[in-house]
Amino acid sequence: MDSTILLFLLQDGITNGALYGLLGIVTVLVFAVTRIIFVPQGEFVTYGALTLALLDTGRVPGTIWLLIGFGVVAFAVELWMSRHDLNARKIVREALIKIILPCLIALAVIWLAPMKLPPWANLLITLAIITPMGPYLYTIAFRPVAEASVLTLFIVAIGVHLSMQGLGLVLFGAEGLRGTPLSTLSLPVGPLVATGQTLSIYVLTLVTMAALTYFFNKPLFGKALRATAINRLGARLVGIRTSLSGAIAFVLAAIIGALTGALSAPMTTIYYDTGFLIGLKGFIAAIIGSLASYPLTVIAALAVGIAEALASFYASQFKEVIVFTLIIPVLIWLSLSSHHVEEEEE
Amino acid sequence: MSNTSATSPPVSTTPARSRRSIFFATLAIIIFLVPLIPGIPVYWITLLDNIGLAALVAIGLILLTGVGGMTSFGQATFCGFAAYTTAVLCAYHGMSPWLSLFIAVAITMLAAVVLGIITVPLSGHFLPLGTLAWGIAIFYLFGKLDFLGRNDGITPVPPLSIGGFQFFDSRSIFYVIWVFVIIAVFMTCNLLDSRTGRAIRALRGASSAAESFGVDTTRTKLIVFVYAALLAAISGWLYAHMQRAVNPTPFGVGASIEYLFMAVAGGAGHPAAAIFGAAFVTLLKEILTRLLPFLFGGQAHYEEVVFGIVLVLILQKSRMGLWPLVERLLPQPADPVIDRHVPALSQRPRPEAGRKILDLQMVRKQFQGLVAVNDVSFSIKAGEIAGLIGPNGAGKSTTFNLVTGTLPLTSGEIRYLDERIDGLSPRQIAARGIGRTFQHVKVLADMSVLDNVALGAHLRGSAGVVSASLRLDRKEEAQLFAEAARQIERVGLGEHMHKQAGSLALGQLRILEIARALCLDPALLLLDEPAAGLRHFEKQQLSTLLRQLRSEGMTVLLVEHDMGFVMNLTDHIVVLDFGTRIAEGTPAEVSKHPAVIQAYLGADA
Repeated sequence: MDSTILLFLLQDGITNGALYGLLGIVTVLVFAVTRIIFVPQGEFVTYGALTLALLDTGRVPGTIWLLIGFGVVAFAVELWMSRHDLNARKIVREALIKIILPCLIALAVIWLAPMKLPPWANLLITLAIITPMGPYLYTIAFRPVAEASVLTLFIVAIGVHLSMQGLGLVLFGAEGLRGTPLSTLSLPVGPLVATGQTLSIYVLTLVTMAALTYFFNKPLFGKALRATAINRLGARLVGIRTSLSGAIAFVLAAIIGALTGALSAPMTTIYYDTGFLIGLKGFIAAIIGSLASYPLTVIAALAVGIAEALASFYASQFKEVIVFTLIIPVLIWLSLSSHHVEEEEE
Repeated sequence: MSNTSATSPPVSTTPARSRRSIFFATLAIIIFLVPLIPGIPVYWITLLDNIGLAALVAIGLILLTGVGGMTSFGQATFCGFAAYTTAVLCAYHGMSPWLSLFIAVAITMLAAVVLGIITVPLSGHFLPLGTLAWGIAIFYLFGKLDFLGRNDGITPVPPLSIGGFQFFDSRSIFYVIWVFVIIAVFMTCNLLDSRTGRAIRALRGASSAAESFGVDTTRTKLIVFVYAALLAAISGWLYAHMQRAVNPTPFGVGASIEYLFMAVAGGAGHPAAAIFGAAFVTLLKEILTRLLPFLFGGQAHYEEVVFGIVLVLILQKSRMGLWPLVERLLPQPADPVIDRHVPALSQRPRPEAGRKILDLQMVRKQFQGLVAVNDVSFSIKAGEIAGLIGPNGAGKSTTFNLVTGTLPLTSGEIRYLDERIDGLSPRQIAARGIGRTFQHVKVLADMSVLDNVALGAHLRGSAGVVSASLRLDRKEEAQLFAEAARQIERVGLGEHMHKQAGSLALGQLRILEIARALCLDPALLLLDEPAAGLRHFEKQQLSTLLRQLRSEGMTVLLVEHDMGFVMNLTDHIVVLDFGTRIAEGTPAEVSKHPAVIQAYLGADA
């Protein structure tokens, strides 16, 4: 085969790898703060991609109804959980955040969607719809069991994934959709073409990785988030608001998930269950990074993307098999290099 | 000390035990009578067939997830492994399904062993993630391989047959499936109530304690994982011969998640809970797929949405699943009967008094910059009670953890009876006869005092999974329980023997840990703050017990803050401060030592 094909494959692999990297970063982030292995990450990708694709065609996406539904349930859960120290101020504040805000967003979308705004405006609208879902979801599903074991949280995450994927099917149907590119920019680089789309993916991934690495090591607030994961009780005793930490992690998860979806929508057809598979590839990268390191996760994600691109050329039949088997040698390596017997929490 | 309870004749507890057995036997008979109900639709029988198949898988997951604290998203893949194996062997090569059962199960277990060896030593979340990725890979592989018929699968697979009778319809295969389910429940109950079963139950919450009593936790995890795969394999094999066709669809990750849902819904309390979990999920799915499209219209998978919500609600509201509701209807399980007439377990010879039993030379432990134990040397003679004292943070518990292998040394040497033991694992050190208790009590709260203490005797038995599930281990179990009961009575907890450990006070738990350590038959006993939380009278009892042990040739090293207790009891004291040995000698010498006075009372004292 010639080098041009190889270059094309590499470019394709790096682009997909960067997207997996973004999701891998979120997986590491959410795990570091909340100990949740956040399987429903993929659903934010689906929701983001399909919401953007619908907005591009001037239709009102069904996700706005979901946003209101999430908000109302989160409001009810919030009031129930703090039923022993309720006051009017708190109720009003929660109602503002969890009922009025999603309703306003929904009204704005109903008004704006038929105007067929430019792609970047639709991207912002998409983020506005999807982002609040993150903290709502945290309140509904995870806060009531925040003290549970990693295993319990994982199974809860699987339940959330099932529901959200099912809701995706209800909202978007079984047909796939494709978005329009954010920009028509295209720069020839040798035999390759760098589009505005791929460049924005690279920039986003690098910026996110650098920002989170900095954030978790330097400012006091990042340290507070990490402390929450290591010991919730201890963190609370020194004055960290642990539920706020979780909510912030979920805001980031929803934003990055929706962005990943929005950026990948123009490159491939997205179905209601596509996000799960994309998210799982991010997971593989996160596992290779031992659920701890952002740069290592991104490097691993690029490797996954490149392996997938090469596999789709040489053995397209076995593309998924090869990508998901990649994890086995990594696990062997991890188990040979770790020697600790740890006490599992309970 | 006291010897009050548990000497009641065994006969008195038999009725309760048999009442529970009668309940289960009746349940089994009712299940077998269901297909004989006149006019019962085939549809219902088929549903029960599916519930039985799913229950087999869920039993394994209950053991893995509910009891062992691990989980797998590869159970449907294991079913698929066995289903495809038997389909290829029977449909293409004309093998008898009964023969292919063994090959299908063996191949599946081999896959589980390989996957388990890789993932089980890693921390908890790698097993589910590893099985998830592996499950997806194998699922796609099933659909791509020519010799497995790609997405069309393999058809027809011959039905099961005995003599000339073929199990064609769902009514006849019903009996095959449910015989397997009942055997599986029975054997799993046996397994949990055994030496290996105690080790499995210790995986969740007390694995480092289990290691200190000789349990190989990594191997135990592997055993559970492979056992769960075995049950999944049987289910897959049955499925292939029931459907008489295989294709990739039922072996995907979605199915694995459904099995996990069943295990969670059933609950961790009992292997039979798997049947209730499987029935709940199967019926719920059946109702939802019929009802929801009728209510909402459309072809969407509303049942997935409901499934997810129900799963989350169960975990939020009732982590024990449905089983507690069922258990309320059951007679109480009987307390185990302790047979006092079994031959006692053999004891290891005690080293002769006065011989150097434990010798630390320049032992050092550094946690990055912090020197917790700073080149400490001391030795202890066999047959003495030695005390290790010092202010908080002096490095006493760290020294204990170094001696027992729980922490690795930075430098230095530790010898036990002239053999170097630094670098050995806690298991190997336990096997040499060093028993210990923990500063922070490590017992299994939902297990009985008796079971907790019997865990200490792990190394004095040898029965494995097979003999446990077939109940061939009863003689050894009786010996282990007799020994555990003897130690429990000896430390004075006889009246609490059959209570859940979680119901005891902290001081009593510390005493429980001593009984557990004694079950190891140690020559050297390391006690970390044994008197903390005890009342005055109980401390006196403890002193008496330790003196009695000393008179029997036991060597004791204890960490303790109660100076009166230490000074009255010990023959020899080592004092640590900031990780350094500052004094050593008899209680009288140490209490006059200026460095000790300064460490405890400050410079001006």
